Amino acid sequence: MELLSFGKTGWGDELFYATLMTIAVSITAMLIGFFFALIFTPLKLSNNKFLNFIANSYTTVIRGVPELLVIYLFFFGGSGAIMYVASIFGYFEYIEINAFITGSVAIGIISGAYSTEVFRGAIQSIDKGQFEAAKVLGIKKHIQFFKIIMPQMLRLAIPNLSNVWQITLKDTSLISVTGLVEIMRQSYIAAGSTRDPLLFYSFAAVLYLMLTFLSMKIINRLEVKYSRGF
Amino acid sequence: MDFTLMASSLPKLLGAAIVTLKLLSLSLFFGIFIGLLFAILRLSKNSLVSKFAYGYSYIFRGTPLLVQIFIIYYGLGQIEYFRTTFLWVIFKEPYWCAIIAFALNTGAYTSEILRSAFQTIKPGIIEAGKSLGISNKIIFYKIQIPVAIRQSLPAYGNEIILMMKGTSLASTVTLMDITGVAKHIVSTTYKPLEVFLMAGGIYLFMTFIIHNLIKYLEKKYSFQ
Repeated sequence: MELLSFGKTGWGDELFYATLMTIAVSITAMLIGFFFALIFTPLKLSNNKFLNFIANSYTTVIRGVPELLVIYLFFFGGSGAIMYVASIFGYFEYIEINAFITGSVAIGIISGAYSTEVFRGAIQSIDKGQFEAAKVLGIKKHIQFFKIIMPQMLRLAIPNLSNVWQITLKDTSLISVTGLVEIMRQSYIAAGSTRDPLLFYSFAAVLYLMLTFLSMKIINRLEVKYSRGF
Repeated sequence: MDFTLMASSLPKLLGAAIVTLKLLSLSLFFGIFIGLLFAILRLSKNSLVSKFAYGYSYIFRGTPLLVQIFIIYYGLGQIEYFRTTFLWVIFKEPYWCAIIAFALNTGAYTSEILRSAFQTIKPGIIEAGKSLGISNKIIFYKIQIPVAIRQSLPAYGNEIILMMKGTSLASTVTLMDITGVAKHIVSTTYKPLEVFLMAGGIYLFMTFIIHNLIKYLEKKYSFQ
Protein backbone atom coordinates (compact mmCIF):
# COMPACT_ATOMS: atom_id res chain seq x y z
CA MET A 1 0.00 0.00 0.00
CA GLU A 2 2.94 2.28 0.66
CA LEU A 3 3.71 2.14 -3.05
CA LEU A 4 0.38 3.79 -3.80
CA SER A 5 0.81 6.61 -1.28
CA PHE A 6 1.24 10.24 -2.29
CA GLY A 7 4.62 11.90 -1.99
CA LYS A 8 8.17 10.99 -2.87
CA THR A 9 8.08 7.32 -1.93
CA GLY A 10 4.73 6.41 -3.45
CA TRP A 11 3.24 6.49 -6.90
CA GLY A 12 -0.12 7.89 -5.80
CA ASP A 13 0.40 11.45 -7.01
CA GLU A 14 1.88 10.27 -10.34
CA LEU A 15 -1.09 7.99 -10.90
CA PHE A 16 -3.45 10.81 -9.95
CA TYR A 17 -1.99 13.10 -12.62
CA ALA A 18 -1.99 10.20 -15.09
CA THR A 19 -5.73 9.76 -14.43
CA LEU A 20 -6.27 13.45 -15.16
CA MET A 21 -4.33 12.95 -18.40
CA THR A 22 -6.56 10.01 -19.36
CA ILE A 23 -9.63 12.16 -18.73
CA ALA A 24 -8.15 15.05 -20.73
CA VAL A 25 -7.28 12.83 -23.70
CA SER A 26 -10.70 11.15 -23.62
CA ILE A 27 -12.59 14.44 -23.60
CA THR A 28 -10.40 15.95 -26.33
CA ALA A 29 -10.78 12.83 -28.45
CA MET A 30 -14.55 12.77 -27.91
CA LEU A 31 -14.81 16.44 -29.01
CA ILE A 32 -12.64 15.79 -32.07
CA GLY A 33 -14.94 12.84 -32.76
CA PHE A 34 -18.00 15.11 -32.56
CA PHE A 35 -16.30 17.45 -35.02
CA PHE A 36 -15.80 14.56 -37.46
CA ALA A 37 -19.37 13.38 -36.88
CA LEU A 38 -20.60 16.89 -37.63
CA ILE A 39 -18.91 16.67 -41.04
CA PHE A 40 -19.73 13.07 -41.92
CA THR A 41 -23.30 12.68 -40.63
CA PRO A 42 -24.74 15.12 -43.23
CA LEU A 43 -22.68 13.34 -45.92
CA LYS A 44 -24.19 10.02 -44.84
CA LEU A 45 -27.72 11.40 -44.98
CA SER A 46 -27.23 13.28 -48.25
CA ASN A 47 -28.84 12.11 -51.49
CA ASN A 48 -25.58 12.44 -53.38
CA LYS A 49 -24.11 8.97 -53.99
CA PHE A 50 -20.52 10.22 -54.06
CA LEU A 51 -20.84 11.99 -50.69
CA ASN A 52 -22.46 8.86 -49.28
CA PHE A 53 -19.54 6.82 -50.53
CA ILE A 54 -16.99 9.08 -48.80
CA ALA A 55 -18.81 8.96 -45.48
CA ASN A 56 -19.39 5.20 -45.68
CA SER A 57 -15.72 4.58 -46.48
CA TYR A 58 -14.70 6.58 -43.43
CA THR A 59 -16.93 4.70 -41.00
CA THR A 60 -16.33 1.27 -42.55
CA VAL A 61 -12.54 1.57 -42.69
CA ILE A 62 -12.18 2.97 -39.18
CA ARG A 63 -14.52 0.42 -37.65
CA GLY A 64 -12.85 -2.45 -39.52
CA VAL A 65 -9.24 -1.75 -38.59
CA PRO A 66 -7.70 -2.25 -35.12
CA GLU A 67 -7.42 0.92 -33.03
CA LEU A 68 -3.81 0.09 -32.23
CA LEU A 69 -2.93 0.12 -35.93
CA VAL A 70 -4.57 3.54 -36.41
CA ILE A 71 -2.55 4.87 -33.49
CA TYR A 72 0.70 3.41 -34.85
CA LEU A 73 -0.08 4.90 -38.25
CA PHE A 74 -0.59 8.35 -36.75
CA PHE A 75 2.31 8.15 -34.36
CA PHE A 76 4.92 6.82 -36.77
CA GLY A 77 3.44 8.21 -39.98
CA GLY A 78 2.05 11.49 -38.68
CA SER A 79 5.22 13.54 -38.37
CA GLY A 80 6.45 12.21 -41.73
CA ALA A 81 3.24 13.30 -43.42
CA ILE A 82 3.35 16.75 -41.81
CA MET A 83 7.00 17.18 -42.74
CA TYR A 84 6.12 16.27 -46.32
CA VAL A 85 3.39 18.93 -46.41
CA ALA A 86 5.75 21.44 -44.78
CA SER A 87 8.45 20.68 -47.38
CA ILE A 88 6.01 21.73 -50.12
CA PHE A 89 5.83 25.10 -48.42
CA GLY A 90 9.61 25.28 -48.16
CA TYR A 91 10.12 24.20 -44.54
CA PHE A 92 12.68 21.43 -44.18
CA GLU A 93 13.39 21.26 -40.43
CA TYR A 94 12.43 18.21 -38.39
CA ILE A 95 8.93 18.49 -36.96
CA GLU A 96 7.89 16.41 -34.01
CA ILE A 97 4.23 16.39 -33.08
CA ASN A 98 3.20 16.28 -29.48
CA ALA A 99 2.07 12.83 -28.25
CA PHE A 100 -1.06 14.35 -26.70
CA ILE A 101 -2.16 15.83 -30.02
CA THR A 102 -1.36 12.73 -32.11
CA GLY A 103 -3.08 10.49 -29.59
CA SER A 104 -6.18 12.63 -29.27
CA VAL A 105 -6.53 13.00 -33.04
CA ALA A 106 -6.06 9.26 -33.63
CA ILE A 107 -8.61 8.30 -30.95
CA GLY A 108 -10.83 11.19 -32.06
CA ILE A 109 -11.01 9.88 -35.62
CA ILE A 110 -11.97 6.44 -34.29
CA SER A 111 -14.54 7.86 -31.89
CA GLY A 112 -15.88 10.07 -34.71
CA ALA A 113 -16.71 7.03 -36.83
CA TYR A 114 -18.84 5.60 -34.00
CA SER A 115 -20.45 8.98 -33.25
CA THR A 116 -21.33 9.42 -36.93
CA GLU A 117 -23.25 6.15 -36.88
CA VAL A 118 -25.03 7.15 -33.67
CA PHE A 119 -26.11 10.57 -35.01
CA ARG A 120 -27.19 9.08 -38.33
CA GLY A 121 -29.36 6.54 -36.55
CA ALA A 122 -30.83 9.18 -34.23
CA ILE A 123 -31.71 11.63 -37.03
CA GLN A 124 -33.18 8.87 -39.16
CA SER A 125 -35.48 7.76 -36.37
CA ILE A 126 -37.00 11.23 -35.97
CA ASP A 127 -40.49 11.34 -37.48
CA LYS A 128 -40.46 12.81 -40.99
CA GLY A 129 -43.48 14.94 -40.06
CA GLN A 130 -41.20 17.02 -37.83
CA PHE A 131 -39.09 18.13 -40.80
CA GLU A 132 -42.19 18.78 -42.90
CA ALA A 133 -43.97 20.70 -40.16
CA ALA A 134 -40.95 22.94 -39.69
CA LYS A 135 -40.84 23.56 -43.43
CA VAL A 136 -44.54 24.39 -43.61
CA LEU A 137 -44.17 26.86 -40.75
CA GLY A 138 -41.44 28.57 -42.76
CA ILE A 139 -38.74 27.99 -40.13
CA LYS A 140 -35.24 28.66 -41.39
CA LYS A 141 -33.02 25.63 -41.97
CA HIS A 142 -30.50 26.29 -39.20
CA ILE A 143 -33.17 27.14 -36.63
CA GLN A 144 -35.01 23.99 -37.65
CA PHE A 145 -31.85 22.00 -36.96
CA PHE A 146 -30.90 23.60 -33.63
CA LYS A 147 -34.37 24.07 -32.12
CA ILE A 148 -36.37 21.15 -33.48
CA ILE A 149 -34.18 18.34 -34.74
CA MET A 150 -31.26 18.58 -32.31
CA PRO A 151 -33.22 18.36 -29.03
CA GLN A 152 -35.07 15.29 -30.25
CA MET A 153 -31.95 13.77 -31.73
CA LEU A 154 -29.96 14.19 -28.50
CA ARG A 155 -32.58 12.31 -26.52
CA LEU A 156 -32.24 9.35 -28.88
CA ALA A 157 -28.48 9.64 -29.22
CA ILE A 158 -27.39 9.96 -25.58
CA PRO A 159 -27.66 6.28 -24.59
CA ASN A 160 -25.59 5.27 -27.63
CA LEU A 161 -23.18 8.15 -27.17
CA SER A 162 -22.51 6.87 -23.68
CA ASN A 163 -21.31 3.64 -25.30
CA VAL A 164 -19.06 5.65 -27.62
CA TRP A 165 -17.69 7.50 -24.59
CA GLN A 166 -16.87 4.18 -22.87
CA ILE A 167 -15.14 2.89 -26.01
CA THR A 168 -13.17 6.14 -26.31
CA LEU A 169 -12.17 6.09 -22.66
CA LYS A 170 -10.88 2.54 -22.94
CA ASP A 171 -9.14 3.22 -26.26
CA THR A 172 -7.02 5.93 -24.63
CA SER A 173 -5.13 3.13 -22.85
CA LEU A 174 -3.63 2.31 -26.27
CA ILE A 175 -1.99 5.73 -26.49
CA SER A 176 0.44 4.48 -23.86
CA VAL A 177 2.40 2.89 -26.72
CA THR A 178 3.30 6.39 -27.91
CA GLY A 179 4.79 7.31 -24.53
CA LEU A 180 2.09 9.73 -23.39
CA VAL A 181 1.94 9.39 -19.61
CA GLU A 182 -1.67 8.39 -18.95
CA ILE A 183 -2.87 5.68 -16.55
CA MET A 184 -1.48 2.74 -18.54
CA ARG A 185 1.91 4.31 -19.23
CA GLN A 186 2.32 5.46 -15.63
CA SER A 187 1.46 1.97 -14.37
CA TYR A 188 3.97 0.52 -16.81
CA ILE A 189 6.69 2.85 -15.51
CA ALA A 190 5.77 2.15 -11.87
CA ALA A 191 5.57 -1.60 -12.48
CA GLY A 192 8.97 -1.52 -14.13
CA SER A 193 10.75 0.35 -11.38
CA THR A 194 9.13 -1.40 -8.41
CA ARG A 195 8.86 -4.88 -9.99
CA ASP A 196 5.30 -5.07 -8.81
CA PRO A 197 3.25 -5.29 -12.02
CA LEU A 198 0.31 -7.09 -10.37
CA LEU A 199 -0.34 -4.24 -7.94
CA PHE A 200 -0.02 -1.44 -10.47
CA TYR A 201 -1.94 -3.00 -13.35
CA SER A 202 -4.72 -4.04 -10.97
CA PHE A 203 -4.78 -0.50 -9.63
CA ALA A 204 -4.95 0.78 -13.23
CA ALA A 205 -7.96 -1.49 -13.77
CA VAL A 206 -9.60 -0.03 -10.65
CA LEU A 207 -8.95 3.52 -11.91
CA TYR A 208 -10.59 2.70 -15.26
CA LEU A 209 -13.54 1.10 -13.48
CA MET A 210 -13.93 4.22 -11.37
CA LEU A 211 -13.87 6.42 -14.47
CA THR A 212 -16.48 4.31 -16.28
CA PHE A 213 -18.64 4.15 -13.15
CA LEU A 214 -18.52 7.91 -12.57
CA SER A 215 -19.14 8.77 -16.19
CA MET A 216 -22.16 6.46 -16.28
CA LYS A 217 -23.61 8.34 -13.30
CA ILE A 218 -23.16 11.68 -15.08
CA ILE A 219 -24.54 10.39 -18.37
CA ASN A 220 -27.61 8.93 -16.65
CA ARG A 221 -28.36 12.40 -15.34
CA LEU A 222 -28.07 13.86 -18.83
CA GLU A 223 -30.37 11.14 -20.09
CA VAL A 224 -33.02 12.09 -17.54
CA LYS A 225 -32.62 15.76 -18.45
CA TYR A 226 -33.04 15.24 -22.18
CA SER A 227 -35.93 12.82 -21.97
CA ARG A 228 -38.15 15.30 -20.10
CA GLY A 229 -41.63 15.25 -21.51
CA PHE A 230 -41.40 11.78 -23.00
CA MET B 1 4.82 5.53 -51.84
CA ASP B 2 7.19 2.58 -51.99
CA PHE B 3 5.22 -0.04 -53.90
CA THR B 4 7.99 -2.64 -53.96
CA LEU B 5 8.08 -2.58 -50.15
CA MET B 6 4.30 -2.94 -50.06
CA ALA B 7 4.53 -5.97 -52.35
CA SER B 8 7.41 -7.55 -50.46
CA SER B 9 5.77 -7.09 -47.05
CA LEU B 10 2.52 -8.71 -48.18
CA PRO B 11 3.63 -12.36 -47.81
CA LYS B 12 5.01 -11.68 -44.31
CA LEU B 13 1.81 -9.94 -43.26
CA LEU B 14 -0.33 -12.72 -44.72
CA GLY B 15 1.72 -15.26 -42.78
CA ALA B 16 1.05 -13.25 -39.65
CA ALA B 17 -2.65 -13.19 -40.52
CA ILE B 18 -2.68 -16.90 -39.67
CA VAL B 19 -1.48 -16.08 -36.15
CA THR B 20 -4.23 -13.46 -35.87
CA LEU B 21 -6.86 -15.93 -37.05
CA LYS B 22 -5.62 -18.59 -34.62
CA LEU B 23 -5.75 -16.14 -31.72
CA LEU B 24 -9.23 -15.05 -32.79
CA SER B 25 -10.73 -18.51 -33.27
CA LEU B 26 -9.32 -19.95 -30.03
CA SER B 27 -10.48 -16.93 -28.00
CA LEU B 28 -13.94 -17.06 -29.54
CA PHE B 29 -14.15 -20.81 -28.91
CA PHE B 30 -13.37 -20.47 -25.19
CA GLY B 31 -15.28 -17.18 -25.02
CA ILE B 32 -18.56 -18.77 -26.11
CA PHE B 33 -18.44 -21.29 -23.27
CA ILE B 34 -17.54 -18.60 -20.74
CA GLY B 35 -20.28 -16.39 -22.14
CA LEU B 36 -22.91 -19.12 -22.01
CA LEU B 37 -21.93 -20.07 -18.46
CA PHE B 38 -22.11 -16.50 -17.19
CA ALA B 39 -25.35 -15.79 -19.08
CA ILE B 40 -26.94 -18.75 -17.27
CA LEU B 41 -25.48 -17.67 -13.91
CA ARG B 42 -26.74 -14.15 -14.52
CA LEU B 43 -30.30 -15.37 -15.04
CA SER B 44 -30.14 -17.52 -11.90
CA LYS B 45 -32.78 -16.91 -9.24
CA ASN B 46 -30.09 -16.85 -6.57
CA SER B 47 -29.22 -13.17 -6.31
CA LEU B 48 -25.68 -13.85 -5.09
CA VAL B 49 -24.89 -15.96 -8.16
CA SER B 50 -26.46 -13.44 -10.50
CA LYS B 51 -24.57 -10.58 -8.83
CA PHE B 52 -21.32 -12.48 -9.22
CA ALA B 53 -21.98 -12.90 -12.95
CA TYR B 54 -22.87 -9.22 -13.23
CA GLY B 55 -19.65 -8.24 -11.45
CA TYR B 56 -17.62 -10.37 -13.82
CA SER B 57 -19.10 -8.76 -16.89
CA TYR B 58 -18.92 -5.27 -15.35
CA ILE B 59 -15.22 -5.57 -14.59
CA PHE B 60 -14.23 -7.02 -17.94
CA ARG B 61 -16.36 -4.58 -19.92
CA GLY B 62 -15.35 -1.58 -17.83
CA THR B 63 -11.58 -1.91 -18.17
CA PRO B 64 -9.43 -1.75 -21.30
CA LEU B 65 -8.36 -5.04 -22.84
CA LEU B 66 -4.74 -3.88 -22.62
CA VAL B 67 -4.93 -3.77 -18.80
CA GLN B 68 -6.40 -7.26 -18.74
CA ILE B 69 -3.58 -8.68 -20.89
CA PHE B 70 -0.93 -6.93 -18.80
CA ILE B 71 -2.40 -8.20 -15.52
CA ILE B 72 -2.45 -11.76 -16.82
CA TYR B 73 0.91 -11.69 -18.59
CA TYR B 74 3.05 -9.51 -16.30
CA GLY B 75 1.02 -9.61 -13.10
CA LEU B 76 0.27 -13.27 -12.45
CA GLY B 77 3.88 -14.35 -12.93
CA GLN B 78 4.77 -12.27 -9.92
CA ILE B 79 2.97 -14.56 -7.47
CA GLU B 80 5.59 -17.03 -6.19
CA TYR B 81 3.12 -19.77 -5.33
CA PHE B 82 1.49 -19.54 -8.75
CA ARG B 83 4.77 -20.31 -10.47
CA THR B 84 5.05 -23.64 -8.70
CA THR B 85 1.66 -24.91 -9.87
CA PHE B 86 1.05 -26.77 -13.13
CA LEU B 87 -0.82 -23.70 -14.43
CA TRP B 88 2.50 -21.96 -14.85
CA VAL B 89 3.18 -24.06 -17.96
CA ILE B 90 0.30 -22.22 -19.62
CA PHE B 91 0.76 -18.80 -18.06
CA LYS B 92 4.42 -18.41 -18.91
CA GLU B 93 3.58 -18.41 -22.63
CA PRO B 94 2.54 -15.00 -23.99
CA TYR B 95 0.45 -16.84 -26.58
CA TRP B 96 -1.78 -18.49 -23.99
CA CYS B 97 -1.88 -15.42 -21.79
CA ALA B 98 -3.21 -13.42 -24.73
CA ILE B 99 -5.81 -16.08 -25.51
CA ILE B 100 -6.92 -16.28 -21.86
CA ALA B 101 -7.28 -12.50 -21.67
CA PHE B 102 -9.17 -12.36 -24.98
CA ALA B 103 -11.43 -15.27 -24.02
CA LEU B 104 -12.30 -13.75 -20.64
CA ASN B 105 -12.97 -10.41 -22.31
CA THR B 106 -15.10 -11.70 -25.16
CA GLY B 107 -16.81 -14.04 -22.68
CA ALA B 108 -18.05 -11.03 -20.73
CA TYR B 109 -19.50 -9.38 -23.82
CA THR B 110 -20.93 -12.68 -25.08
CA SER B 111 -22.65 -13.27 -21.74
CA GLU B 112 -24.41 -9.89 -22.08
CA ILE B 113 -25.47 -10.68 -25.64
CA LEU B 114 -26.80 -14.13 -24.71
CA ARG B 115 -28.49 -12.86 -21.55
CA SER B 116 -30.49 -10.28 -23.46
CA ALA B 117 -31.29 -12.92 -26.08
CA PHE B 118 -32.60 -15.31 -23.40
CA GLN B 119 -34.64 -12.53 -21.86
CA THR B 120 -36.27 -11.54 -25.13
CA ILE B 121 -37.43 -15.07 -26.00
CA LYS B 122 -41.20 -14.91 -26.15
CA PRO B 123 -42.65 -16.77 -23.12
CA GLY B 124 -45.19 -18.33 -25.49
CA ILE B 125 -42.48 -20.50 -27.04
CA ILE B 126 -41.53 -21.99 -23.68
CA GLU B 127 -45.18 -22.39 -22.65
CA ALA B 128 -45.89 -24.18 -25.93
CA GLY B 129 -43.05 -26.56 -25.15
CA LYS B 130 -44.35 -27.15 -21.64
CA SER B 131 -47.90 -27.81 -22.78
CA LEU B 132 -46.54 -30.39 -25.23
CA GLY B 133 -45.07 -32.16 -22.21
CA ILE B 134 -41.44 -31.55 -23.16
CA SER B 135 -39.11 -31.68 -20.16
CA ASN B 136 -37.49 -28.48 -18.89
CA LYS B 137 -34.03 -29.70 -19.84
CA ILE B 138 -34.98 -30.39 -23.43
CA ILE B 139 -36.87 -27.10 -23.66
CA PHE B 140 -33.65 -25.38 -22.62
CA TYR B 141 -31.31 -27.23 -24.97
CA LYS B 142 -33.58 -27.66 -27.98
CA ILE B 143 -35.74 -24.56 -27.84
CA GLN B 144 -34.24 -21.78 -25.71
CA ILE B 145 -30.61 -22.12 -26.80
CA PRO B 146 -31.23 -22.30 -30.58
CA VAL B 147 -33.67 -19.36 -30.47
CA ALA B 148 -31.26 -17.35 -28.31
CA ILE B 149 -28.39 -18.05 -30.68
CA ARG B 150 -30.43 -16.92 -33.68
CA GLN B 151 -31.53 -13.82 -31.78
CA SER B 152 -27.98 -12.89 -30.85
CA LEU B 153 -26.34 -13.46 -34.25
CA PRO B 154 -26.19 -9.78 -35.35
CA ALA B 155 -24.77 -8.61 -32.02
CA TYR B 156 -22.38 -11.55 -31.89
CA GLY B 157 -21.16 -10.71 -35.39
CA ASN B 158 -20.17 -7.27 -34.12
CA GLU B 159 -18.44 -8.88 -31.18
CA ILE B 160 -16.39 -11.14 -33.50
CA ILE B 161 -15.21 -8.07 -35.42
CA LEU B 162 -14.39 -6.22 -32.18
CA MET B 163 -12.45 -9.25 -30.97
CA MET B 164 -10.57 -9.51 -34.24
CA LYS B 165 -9.48 -5.90 -33.78
CA GLY B 166 -8.64 -6.71 -30.17
CA THR B 167 -6.19 -9.44 -31.17
CA SER B 168 -3.89 -6.67 -32.40
CA LEU B 169 -3.06 -6.08 -28.72
CA ALA B 170 -1.29 -9.44 -28.69
CA SER B 171 1.59 -7.57 -30.33
CA THR B 172 2.15 -5.73 -27.04
CA VAL B 173 3.12 -9.00 -25.35
CA THR B 174 5.67 -9.89 -28.05
CA LEU B 175 3.40 -11.99 -30.27
CA MET B 176 3.91 -11.70 -34.01
CA ASP B 177 0.40 -11.20 -35.31
CA ILE B 178 -0.37 -8.84 -38.21
CA THR B 179 0.23 -5.72 -36.10
CA GLY B 180 3.36 -7.18 -34.53
CA VAL B 181 4.90 -8.08 -37.88
CA ALA B 182 3.90 -4.72 -39.39
CA LYS B 183 5.59 -2.91 -36.53
CA HIS B 184 8.68 -5.06 -36.93
CA ILE B 185 8.90 -4.29 -40.66
CA VAL B 186 8.46 -0.57 -39.93
CA SER B 187 11.27 -0.64 -37.38
CA THR B 188 13.69 -1.94 -40.02
CA THR B 189 12.50 0.03 -43.07
CA TYR B 190 11.23 3.30 -41.53
CA LYS B 191 8.30 3.33 -43.95
CA PRO B 192 5.28 3.41 -41.60
CA LEU B 193 2.68 4.57 -44.10
CA GLU B 194 3.12 1.77 -46.64
CA VAL B 195 3.34 -1.11 -44.18
CA PHE B 196 0.55 -0.02 -41.82
CA LEU B 197 -1.76 0.64 -44.77
CA MET B 198 -1.07 -2.88 -46.05
CA ALA B 199 -1.76 -4.33 -42.59
CA GLY B 200 -4.93 -2.24 -42.33
CA GLY B 201 -6.04 -3.58 -45.71
CA ILE B 202 -5.69 -7.16 -44.51
CA TYR B 203 -7.70 -6.43 -41.35
CA LEU B 204 -10.36 -4.70 -43.42
CA PHE B 205 -10.59 -7.69 -45.74
CA MET B 206 -11.04 -9.99 -42.73
CA THR B 207 -13.75 -7.70 -41.33
CA PHE B 208 -15.48 -7.82 -44.71
CA ILE B 209 -15.44 -11.64 -44.78
CA ILE B 210 -16.73 -11.98 -41.20
CA HIS B 211 -19.44 -9.39 -41.83
CA ASN B 212 -20.73 -11.25 -44.89
CA LEU B 213 -20.50 -14.63 -43.20
CA ILE B 214 -22.71 -13.43 -40.36
CA LYS B 215 -25.15 -11.88 -42.83
CA TYR B 216 -25.35 -15.21 -44.64
CA LEU B 217 -25.96 -17.09 -41.37
CA GLU B 218 -28.62 -14.60 -40.35
CA LYS B 219 -30.44 -15.19 -43.61
CA LYS B 220 -30.06 -18.94 -43.40
CA TYR B 221 -31.43 -19.17 -39.85
CA SER B 222 -34.07 -16.46 -40.11
CA PHE B 223 -37.51 -17.31 -38.83
CA GLN B 224 -39.25 -16.37 -42.04
